[in-house]
Amino acid sequence: MTDIVDLTVLEAHDAKMAGDLSPREHSEAWFEAAAADEINAYLWRNDRAAEAAAIEVEQDWNAPIAVKDIFATEGVPTTAASRILEGYRPPYTATAVRKLIEAGLPILGKTNMDEFAMGSSNENSAYGPVLNPWDRTRVPGGSSGGSAAAVAAGLAPWAIGTDTGGSIRQPAAFCGIVGLKPTYGAISRYGMIAFASSLDQCGPLTRTVSDAALLLAMLQGRDACDSTSVGIDGGISLPDREDLSGLRFGVPAELASDSVDAGVRAVFERTLEKIEGLGGEIAEVSLPSAEHGISAYYVIAPAEASSNLARYDGVRYGMRAGGDGDLIEMYETTRSEGFGTEVKRRIMLGTYALSSGYYEAYYGQAQKVRTRIAGDFSSAFSAVDFVVTPTAPSVAFELGEKTDDPLAMYMNDFFTVPMSLAGIPAISIPAGLAEPEGGGPQLPVGFQIAAPAFAEQKLLDAAFALEQGIGFDDGKVAIPYKSWVENA
Amino acid sequence: MPDDLDCAVMIEREQVLHVAKLARLRLSDEEVERMVGELSGILEHVDRIGKLDLEGVEPTSHVVELKNVLRADEPRPSLPRDVALASAPEPQEGAFRVPSPQAE
Amino acid sequence: MPELEAVIGLEIHVQLATKTKMFCGCELSFGDEPNVHTCPICLAHPGVLPVPNEQAIRHALQIGLALGCEIAPWSIFHRKNYFYPDSPKAYQISQYDIPIASNGKLGDIRIHRAHLEEDAAKTIHAGGSGRIHGSDASLVDFNRGGTPLVEIVTEPDLRGGAEAAEWARLLRETVRQLGVSDVNMEEGSLRVDGNVSVRPAGSSELGTKTELKNMNSFRFLQRGIEAELARQRELIESGGQVVQETLHFDPTSGTLTSLRSKEEAHDYRYFPEPDLVPLAPTEEMLREAREALPELPAVRIERYEGLGLAPEVALKLASDPRTAGYFESTVEAADGIEPRVLANWVTGELAAALRQAEVEGGAADSRVSPPALVALIGMVQEKKISHGSGKTVLAAMVTEGGDPAGIVEREGLAQMSDSGELEAIVEKAIADNPAAVEKIREGNGKAIGAIVGAVMKETKGRADGGEVNRIIREKL
Repeated sequence: MTDIVDLTVLEAHDAKMAGDLSPREHSEAWFEAAAADEINAYLWRNDRAAEAAAIEVEQDWNAPIAVKDIFATEGVPTTAASRILEGYRPPYTATAVRKLIEAGLPILGKTNMDEFAMGSSNENSAYGPVLNPWDRTRVPGGSSGGSAAAVAAGLAPWAIGTDTGGSIRQPAAFCGIVGLKPTYGAISRYGMIAFASSLDQCGPLTRTVSDAALLLAMLQGRDACDSTSVGIDGGISLPDREDLSGLRFGVPAELASDSVDAGVRAVFERTLEKIEGLGGEIAEVSLPSAEHGISAYYVIAPAEASSNLARYDGVRYGMRAGGDGDLIEMYETTRSEGFGTEVKRRIMLGTYALSSGYYEAYYGQAQKVRTRIAGDFSSAFSAVDFVVTPTAPSVAFELGEKTDDPLAMYMNDFFTVPMSLAGIPAISIPAGLAEPEGGGPQLPVGFQIAAPAFAEQKLLDAAFALEQGIGFDDGKVAIPYKSWVENA
Repeated sequence: MPDDLDCAVMIEREQVLHVAKLARLRLSDEEVERMVGELSGILEHVDRIGKLDLEGVEPTSHVVELKNVLRADEPRPSLPRDVALASAPEPQEGAFRVPSPQAE
Repeated sequence: MPELEAVIGLEIHVQLATKTKMFCGCELSFGDEPNVHTCPICLAHPGVLPVPNEQAIRHALQIGLALGCEIAPWSIFHRKNYFYPDSPKAYQISQYDIPIASNGKLGDIRIHRAHLEEDAAKTIHAGGSGRIHGSDASLVDFNRGGTPLVEIVTEPDLRGGAEAAEWARLLRETVRQLGVSDVNMEEGSLRVDGNVSVRPAGSSELGTKTELKNMNSFRFLQRGIEAELARQRELIESGGQVVQETLHFDPTSGTLTSLRSKEEAHDYRYFPEPDLVPLAPTEEMLREAREALPELPAVRIERYEGLGLAPEVALKLASDPRTAGYFESTVEAADGIEPRVLANWVTGELAAALRQAEVEGGAADSRVSPPALVALIGMVQEKKISHGSGKTVLAAMVTEGGDPAGIVEREGLAQMSDSGELEAIVEKAIADNPAAVEKIREGNGKAIGAIVGAVMKETKGRADGGEVNRIIREKL
């Protein structure tokens, strides 16, 4: 008898349709599983008490979900993992979450994350780091570390997170699950605490590509409250591609960096072979400006963040400190005590980049690099259907390993940032396991596939076919959740 | 501090203090020291884009190809005042109390 | 020392009279309790996003067109970043280098630009509450925060306080007639700041300018500018230099105070607003905005002056479109009466009669129809009745309507045309007023008034004053 929590969302859905599983049973199993959180994945769990009234559903016939604590949930704590929003309960709910509630998904809880989505390891949370369920001495990735770890550890069947420079894809890779960043504009940003407005996107973190498609279908759509939202024309259906024949996959020459761990490179190469085995064609493409993605990103994102985070000033909500002094003292004390180190660093960087005399050299120039990168992808997509890379340069690293070197930490985003800058969709699927550079038990490796804007359906179809291919051909399937690893 | 730094890129202590002021952050002396080093390192990396020839390239100011996304001038319910003030650190007489700026 | 000329530019903020705020659906407030018109968006809660008010865009287009501006085919919003309690996002959404309208002209003054932005909230000073220090506090009311504004900036084409006030009045009237704003300086829906500098006459370089903020009447605007010009002139003439600063003019004392800023000039770190997409006014939007434009004051004034009206009269009519419409109806109904005369009656005699009778509304709402007024004026012009009788008839028409001929007949006001009868009355008046006659013969011409008065009394005003005068002189 399979454990209820072993079922993917799609499998549970089918079972419910067949009358083999009651929605109530399904929900209860998951609320019970979520309570066994030993990795600090949740900042707030829904114990279904009165205080969660605003997010309770009338009829929970769909799979319960974990929500990154960056989404506003009315009456329910929303902190963005920051001290400055400790105790804050929003007076409204984010559109993405509202859609899920209306679709009958109970909310399991709010997951831990890097503070204000700034980080690649979930070590920047004011409420403690999240531990990678594969190896609790290691990071789950970030900034959606809590959501990814929850899905990987069997604390939630699926979750939503946000991706600005890789914050869904990279933790998905580190935790061995599926993570999708849709096209910019596919899902409403209303209610998503802003980090970098021109880059932030909501997206699914799931066990399988099919589950990701189910979730994306519910989330996508134009929202009158977000004037940058467009939705996906035609909606999203379950993927059902059998192989990859007729599809061309481009490997960018410029992103073949030396600083990719050997183990990661091996899995990547093997996956390329798998693609060919499934009938796909591998080709080399050129993205000449992509290598400057990190530089452009670490100007644009902090710049927008410095402006987005200026509202945390102790006036209308959240933490206030130094209120006995004058106005400036209140501002400075509140913000200095309320923000963590990484957040302050990025605010400083961003403020500097926008400041008088520096705008053109930094922000102006970075936005031009961005145009170039988008152009590079456009050109590439005239020759290939998808661009593929390893999702991250390494497997999950140890807690504390990179916290002293901000630049080294930023390099985690090397492969994910260009897609964010270009606004195109990209998915990370688990492709295998590899040993970390220093040796040790094997850890998941993610494979990233990027597609043209609004080609999510094609992307999911191809990812599905590849996922199935990897599952069948390779005994060591990098699937999260203990029983799956055992079954592999 | 990295020693292959191009001095022109390094951010100076005074600049760090000025930027902190603009951002309403108060940094300890130790934090200022650290920021000078960390920001210099990051800026040095970022500065590479300054060397690129991007003549004639339009900066991306908007990612989606949309225009004229507007809202009809129709009233929507405002928050009841008690809800609006519910999160206020210091509500007073139906308003948000804040310290005054320093007397001029 | 060469003569110094004044160089003045104005920055005007117009609060738009839309139903809702610029970026959220909260209603605009009019003196309501604090914080009853707020929502997560205008309180800048985490995660909220702005969506622009369509009507505000339309109003801005109308203002731009009314000011003769070029409408940008593509314009964007920018963030203007600064910390202040009345700015909840710690940035104001405004427009920076690509405003919705630019390069216009109103009257003789060029318009540099007009753009959309949102208003700040209101801070009220609160008393201390027993705190140790920092007991000075403010209370913030976000009702006003987010109200749509159009900021209009002129080129520094104005040359004096009086000219600036007059032009500001024209601007106010122009915007008022568009129906897009109450433009009330006392209520704050119209705010005018002045940028003032001086330079040697004939020079084309600009001197250092100071900014005069928030004068809340046209009179104070004029006086404030004049005071500042005097200060700058005196400063330069005594060898000093004008320093760039912001000043406040106190109309009661007539003094200027510097609003010393706590720090150096703001670094607003402008960058394009990523949460909003560009504005590209469509052909349809432009056409609708153009069609919604009434004939604007400046144009009307010119047209009326072309018809022979004196400038003050033209301005008066242009400031009151309904009365202007009434006037134009009289022009249409008139045949052989000069528009100038019609205009004088409309703005003079008719206006006075309406005031006298305490009638609400203006000429257009009165019982005096344009053809009836024209007929009355015609009768006076043809000397069928005296001017004085004309005013009497007009008063009657104001209360009962009707046409003048009937009233004249009924009251027996027809001008005395029988000169014989008139001569007899004049002779009697001369006989009855020997003292006045004596004075006239001594050379005191004004004494004739007493005799004229007596004649008028006798004739019940039906005599033509000029004719009476002539007969008297003849007789003496």
